Amino acid sequence: MGRRYNLVRMRHPARSVILALILNLALTGCANSGGAGGTPGVPSTTIENKGSDTMVNLALAWAEAYQAQRPAVRISVTGGGSGTGIAALINGTLDLANASRQIKDEERQEAEANGVAPVEVVVARDAIAIVVNPANPVDQLTIAQISDIYSGRINNWAEVGGEDRPIVRLSRETNSGTHVYFLEQVLRGGASDDSTLFSPTTLLLPSSEGISAEIRQNPNAIGYDGLGYVTPDMKVVAVAPTPEGPFTYPSPETVNAGTYAIARDLYIYTNGEPQGEVAAYLEWILGPEGQAIVTELGFVPITP
Amino acid sequence: MREATWGEFVVTRLIRAAGYSAILFIALIFLFLVREGVPALFEAPLSVLAGARWYPIEGHFGLLPLIGGSAVVTLGAAIIAVPFGLGTAIFIAEIAPRWVREVLKPLVEVLAGLPSVMLGFLGMLVLAPFLREAFNLPTGLTALAGAVLLAGISLPTIVSVAEDALDTVPRSYREAGLALGATKWQTIWRVTLPAAGSGVLTAIMLGLGRAIGETMAVMMVTGNAPVVPGGPGALFGPVRTMTATIAAEMGEVANGSIHYHVLFLIGILLFFISLIVNLIASSLVFRQRKRAERILS
Repeated sequence: MGRRYNLVRMRHPARSVILALILNLALTGCANSGGAGGTPGVPSTTIENKGSDTMVNLALAWAEAYQAQRPAVRISVTGGGSGTGIAALINGTLDLANASRQIKDEERQEAEANGVAPVEVVVARDAIAIVVNPANPVDQLTIAQISDIYSGRINNWAEVGGEDRPIVRLSRETNSGTHVYFLEQVLRGGASDDSTLFSPTTLLLPSSEGISAEIRQNPNAIGYDGLGYVTPDMKVVAVAPTPEGPFTYPSPETVNAGTYAIARDLYIYTNGEPQGEVAAYLEWILGPEGQAIVTELGFVPITP
Repeated sequence: MREATWGEFVVTRLIRAAGYSAILFIALIFLFLVREGVPALFEAPLSVLAGARWYPIEGHFGLLPLIGGSAVVTLGAAIIAVPFGLGTAIFIAEIAPRWVREVLKPLVEVLAGLPSVMLGFLGMLVLAPFLREAFNLPTGLTALAGAVLLAGISLPTIVSVAEDALDTVPRSYREAGLALGATKWQTIWRVTLPAAGSGVLTAIMLGLGRAIGETMAVMMVTGNAPVVPGGPGALFGPVRTMTATIAAEMGEVANGSIHYHVLFLIGILLFFISLIVNLIASSLVFRQRKRAERILS
């Protein structure tokens, strides 16, 4: 009996690795077969679209509306993170990579070594909202205060005008584009020579849902996430670039006016200049219909 | 007649091939892990790997918080699961009336089939808030929440296998104990349990094996903060386990980068930890068997 069980147990250490690989294969497989399932007789083009989790709902809404207008085009959308999308673009298995950050130099070099030339298009804007539990009396924070909280220099809400409670910091995982953006623009205030890091006690949650679940029930928590993911049961904090203010709440108006401090562009990368159906789709996204969907989902359209 | 021998020949070969293939697969997995993981030892200096900071996107590859995190969660799970599991197994096998036993055993086995991601959701939405209020912690997403979930995941295995082991102890052992004037409890503790010793030990090791390898539920409730645990108080703070780190980061890592190789190095570490646990378990079982043979001879 003992021997049989030993064999079963030996597989465990590698299980997560193997599982990740299998999942990867399975996901890619699904995307392909899903795309190929066009109506027989109708000539169909498949567009593979993958990447940023921040953008996945937006990309799905675009794809649905576009396919309703043009049944001949199949668009399959998957998330996984900006890095995943760009990696797939580098491997040449993807038409459109969604990214909530710009492509890194090393990724561009890797792509060029692979014969892929990434072309960048800004398709929408996103603001990062700072959220706390509704029971938290803190209404406004400066960028410097948020940086001090996340780097571990401020550990009690009383230091920023709140109750005497410990601060529990919530963040997305390090592979999320939102995490990298927050690190560079907020923790380091955009200074490239600053090497401030997140406090090691920062909770790294694998999903937006994880962050909102903890924010909803824990009055000690502070979190950040895309404006599109903020629900009415979280409290949004007004943010100012300097202690003098002005303290601004994130909204399409403040982001477009450039007065909200933590906002960024969202990108789609193509392999080379977009051609044919892919180009038509991108044009539609940048047009009035595509940008109306951007507004609907809580993001900020590039053209007012 | 000739056909039967031919069929037999094929079947024995097939069974043998199936048996050897298990060894082959493990060898291949190990080779793959070594090929992808060992380069990390040359790319990242040991001083970095032995560091206390895990922040891979800035080149901090300290493994201490991850190893410590896994240790705290697994030990916590063992402390909870072993007494509960053995207690339940003893109750089902020795104390419960026949009808209770016939209901309880299948129920426990159904629990084993519960997807761990569902337990993770329960842990995130119910257990973590409860722990925060019950222990007045800053957050409920702690090693303790992970340990409780892992205990729940390993309990069905421990109960099921330990109960089977207790069940195979011959009836005459118990009758002899009772006939010598021992109480029911003394019989269970001094006769039945030691007689089922190796099976019970296998049950515990199997259950804990599941606990070390479990990923999804742990990732959802432990907070994943790479803090080096210092002392028993670490159970009440957030931790990041090795398995959760691999699962969270492998999907996005650039193929062939230092980070990629370090993640495989963590895989090798997990492989060796499980191997060592296995060796200890089988040597304990072996020693016990020898002692039993000595007594019987």
